[in-house]
Amino acid sequence: MSEHKPPPSLEDLETRLDRARSAQVDRAGRDSDGKGMGAMGVAMQMSIEVVAPLGVGVFIGWLIDGWLVTAPLFLVIFFFLGAAAGGLNVYRRAGQLLGEDTEEPGGDNEAGRDE
Amino acid sequence: MAEKTFDPLSQFEVHVLVPINLGGFDASFTNSSLFMVLAIASITLFLVGGTRKRAMVPGRWQSMAELSYELVANMVRDNVGSEGRRYFPFIFTLFMFILFCNALGLLPFGIVGLHGFTVTSHIIVTFAMALVVFIGVTIVGIAKHKLHFFSFFVPKGVPMAMVPLLVPIEVLSYLARPVTLALRLFANMMAGHTMLEVFATFVVLLGVFGFAPFLMIVALMALEVVVAVLQAYVFAILTCLYLNDALHLH
Repeated sequence: MSEHKPPPSLEDLETRLDRARSAQVDRAGRDSDGKGMGAMGVAMQMSIEVVAPLGVGVFIGWLIDGWLVTAPLFLVIFFFLGAAAGGLNVYRRAGQLLGEDTEEPGGDNEAGRDE
Repeated sequence: MAEKTFDPLSQFEVHVLVPINLGGFDASFTNSSLFMVLAIASITLFLVGGTRKRAMVPGRWQSMAELSYELVANMVRDNVGSEGRRYFPFIFTLFMFILFCNALGLLPFGIVGLHGFTVTSHIIVTFAMALVVFIGVTIVGIAKHKLHFFSFFVPKGVPMAMVPLLVPIEVLSYLARPVTLALRLFANMMAGHTMLEVFATFVVLLGVFGFAPFLMIVALMALEVVVAVLQAYVFAILTCLYLNDALHLH
C-alpha cells in the first residue's frame, strides 16, 4: 500500500538534497585538508617527499659523474641540491597542511630581505 | 608444518603462466598480467553493467557506477577547472585501474586455492604509471606554453642572484614527482600486504592464542580497504594537481 502514498513535493526533495550536498562538501573539505588522514599518513607522505628528491638528485649526479668522469664532484653537488629540494617540498606541504595559502608572498618577502 | 619457512614476501612473486617470446623479448603472460586483465574485465563489467539500463532513477549498481564517475569528474573540475575536461577520460581510467587492482589484491583468492596478487605492490607498475603521467603532463605543459613553460622553474619574486641556485632545486623537485607518486602507492600497498601476511603467520604459529593476531588482521584488513581506495584517490588527485600546474603555471 505504501506505493500509493503521494510523492514527496519537489521543494521538499530539493531542500533535502541541498542539505545532503552541503554536508558532503563539509566532509570533502575536511578530508582534502589532509587533517582527516591521520598523523601516520602525513608522516609517511612527508618522508617520501624528502627522500625522493634526494634519491633523484644523487642518481642524476651519479649519471653526470659517470659521463664526465668527475666523480664525486656532481654526486656531492646534486646530493645537497636534492636535500634542498626535499626541504622545499616539506616546507610547501606543511604550509598546505596548516592552511597557510599566503605562504608564497611570505617567502618572497623573506627572499627580498636577504638581498 | 613447523619447519616450513614462512616468507611474507613470497606473495609478491611474479610467476609465468603462459610463456610468450616475441623476438628474444620476454612478453610472458604472468600472474601480474592476469590480475591486470581481471581488473580491466571487472571495471568493464562494473561500468557497462551499471549503465546498461540507463534508468532515470538509478538502482544500486547504476548509482555506484555514477558515483565513481562523479567523484573523478568533480575532482577534475575542482582541481584543474574546465580545461581539465579533456583529460577526464585519462584520469578516470587511471583511478579505476588503480582502485580495482588494489581491491582485487585484497580479495581472498586463497580460499579457492588460487594465489592473490596485487599489481600495484610492484614499483615497476606504479612507476610506469607515474612516468606516463609525468611525461604526459610535461608534454601538455610545453604544448600549451611553448618555452614559457620553463618559467615554471623560476619562483616568483626571487632576486636574480638566487635564481642559479633555486632553478636546479625546483627542477629536482619537479623531477622527483613521478618518484614520489610511484613510491607512495607502492609503499602503501606493499607495507599493508606484508603486514597482513606477517600477522597471518602469527595466527598459525600461536595456535590457540592465534585469536589475538587474528583480531589484528581484521582491523588491518579494514585499514587496507581504506588504503586501497585512498591511494587510488591520492594518485588521481595528484595527477590533477600536476596537470593544473602544467596548464596554469603557478
